[in-house]
Amino acid sequence: MSSYLIKNIQLANGNVVDIAIENQKIVDLAPNLTFKAEVIDGSGLIAVSGLVDLHTHLREPGFEGSETILTGSKAAAKGGFTSVHAMANTAPVADNAAVVEQVYALGKSAGYVQVQPIGAVTVNLEGKQLSDMGKMNKSQARVTVFSDDGKCVSDSLIMRRALEYAKSFDGVIAQHAQDPALTVNAQMNEGDLSLKLGLTGWPKVAEQAIIARDVLLTEEVGSRLHICHVSTAGSVDIIRWAKARGINVTAEVTPHHLLLTEDLVSDYNPLYKVNPPLRTQQDVQALREAVADGTIDIVATDHAPHTKDSKDCEWGEAAFGMLGLETAAAIVQTTLVDTGLISWSRFEEVLSTNPAKIGKLTDQGQPIAVGSFANLVLIDSNRKQTIGLEGESKSANNPYVGMELNGVVKHTLYKGTLTVKDGVVQKLGETND
Amino acid sequence: MKHLLSINDLTKSDAIDLLNLSAEMQLVNKRDVKKLPALNGRTIVNLFFEDSTRTKFSFELAAKRLSADVINFTAKGSSVSKGESLKDTVGTLEAMGVEGIIVRHHHSGAATTIANASWSSAAVINAGDGTHEHPTQALLDSLTIRQRLNGSDLGDLTGVRVLIVGDILHSRVARSNALLLRKLGAKIAYCGPATLVPVSALELVDEIFYDFDEALSEGFNVVMMLRIQAERMNSAFIPNAQEYSTLYGLSDSRFESLSSKTLIMHPGPMNRGLEISSSAADSAQSTILEQVTNGVAVRMAVLYRLLAQEGKA
Repeated sequence: MSSYLIKNIQLANGNVVDIAIENQKIVDLAPNLTFKAEVIDGSGLIAVSGLVDLHTHLREPGFEGSETILTGSKAAAKGGFTSVHAMANTAPVADNAAVVEQVYALGKSAGYVQVQPIGAVTVNLEGKQLSDMGKMNKSQARVTVFSDDGKCVSDSLIMRRALEYAKSFDGVIAQHAQDPALTVNAQMNEGDLSLKLGLTGWPKVAEQAIIARDVLLTEEVGSRLHICHVSTAGSVDIIRWAKARGINVTAEVTPHHLLLTEDLVSDYNPLYKVNPPLRTQQDVQALREAVADGTIDIVATDHAPHTKDSKDCEWGEAAFGMLGLETAAAIVQTTLVDTGLISWSRFEEVLSTNPAKIGKLTDQGQPIAVGSFANLVLIDSNRKQTIGLEGESKSANNPYVGMELNGVVKHTLYKGTLTVKDGVVQKLGETND
Repeated sequence: MKHLLSINDLTKSDAIDLLNLSAEMQLVNKRDVKKLPALNGRTIVNLFFEDSTRTKFSFELAAKRLSADVINFTAKGSSVSKGESLKDTVGTLEAMGVEGIIVRHHHSGAATTIANASWSSAAVINAGDGTHEHPTQALLDSLTIRQRLNGSDLGDLTGVRVLIVGDILHSRVARSNALLLRKLGAKIAYCGPATLVPVSALELVDEIFYDFDEALSEGFNVVMMLRIQAERMNSAFIPNAQEYSTLYGLSDSRFESLSSKTLIMHPGPMNRGLEISSSAADSAQSTILEQVTNGVAVRMAVLYRLLAQEGKA
């Protein structure tokens, strides 16, 4: 196991220190340390606790043509992540202990990040019968986050029962809020533009109505609810109200909903087809402010790789989803930090501390302090990058290609192992002892 | 102009040029020998993924009258029914040297996708894409209106007021017409139940009416009726056909209340007795068959502009 001494690194709170790392952990932290180890020059960089994604589609098992646990793990490391939560909509669906244990084991053998499986709420994501939530929780994978993401748990009784049942082991239900009856064949945000383009609208109320129902159910049964990919200003208002009322709800926003708007759909380019859909500038602004004021707790990528074929086609046939792991940190810096809306401390909260808390990952999201696991991302916040086509993901459905973003992930350390060095994903087991 | 995907591809002068060229094509269509050599040796495909009779025949006739070689592709009985992608279908046609693709597709934006993708270098004409646009229908409607109201005048439609009635939300005809008529200086209003005429339609037209009788009392020069489809009732856009017909059908009594100068239009196919009564459809004020005739001339003009070589014909 390697030892490292990171010299002259700035922490989120502004302090500049040296960090000594040995046996997976931070063993010393102070200015001007002497420590015999490989030196990483941290000058000009900011260190943040390793990023944690609560919403990643790794596609394995079942859709290895678009991503595998290995390629998705590398993409995550490249983006500064030390843990990702693997969504349950695989084939077979992660609705039982065998599948989540397989995902967990494959993540472990890949070794780039902690892959924490999410379990399905209902059998085969069908919304009818609860999955083996308890068994998944007791399995090696220790699942605590449950989601039918991609589909909404729309039946009110099933949702109530899921919330109640998960209480038994302090699990959380991560809801994909989309009333299916209001979004039959929905293609894009409903409004002026959907009318002009002749694409079936995805009305904001289809998200907001489910969130409103679910926060009330959560209050009723005293459980824990997480809202996936909040996309509208109205949803923010409902969540703000629920939190003020003391309801135990957390919420996430994706990088793309913080940056992109529906105007991009105008040429029917399926790269911009995503669910929930890109909304308006007004929604983008409300979402950014909600991250700043604490209404939205985390940024989660909803990294959704798709093969070339499923995007190189007419809009109506194309798959929903876009890549997100490798660009998330830069988008949050560009849209929130560099606009003055949040500090680097808040950046660390929304991308590391809070998602780790929601997912109950005790080894992740720890403060950068002596005794903590050495999960770190070192960001060169002064550099700009123009996003290119090449990346670690197996897929290329990247909507940011050609855009200039602020900030570059320079190094990532996962439990003391350098997974990314100078922006390059390392071959594990070769560069490290 | 390389493609015709949307009315937005046309400037006002492009549109008037196409209408004027269409008027010349009408003269060709009245001759004994209805043929021009303009597209001799050119290969055009009618690529139809959705049922159509009038539009497909109209384009085929237009291409043949310009001496092009035309091949017809329909989704039924083709490789599409074997699961071939649009990309591969278009790629196959490209490999055969097709220079013009006339496409009708059930997905909005399909024509735009073919034009923008690297699949083909052919000129693309949108013959109706999902619930998006149908630009040649709008051109033939404007040609019809101009000739009926302004005779042989070659100008725009300033001062003309057009009421479009029915399922605006799902109508590519309503979209393309609003865009083109506005470009030509006309004033347009939509009329229908609020489920089928979203408020955001005010981006496209000058006025919205939910009450058909109130709209008719405003004295529009043109009343364009749209086809109402049975599936709209299944998804609760309207309660039932009778209710729709009562509120938004151009009935005999509504028709009789109109000035004898008001034009009655319908893009077809009609549901007689539902959105339009037979006496209205078959009246002297009706332009319904004239629209079909003009369709051939308009499509000849479009094909000519997109595909005829400079200085030829």
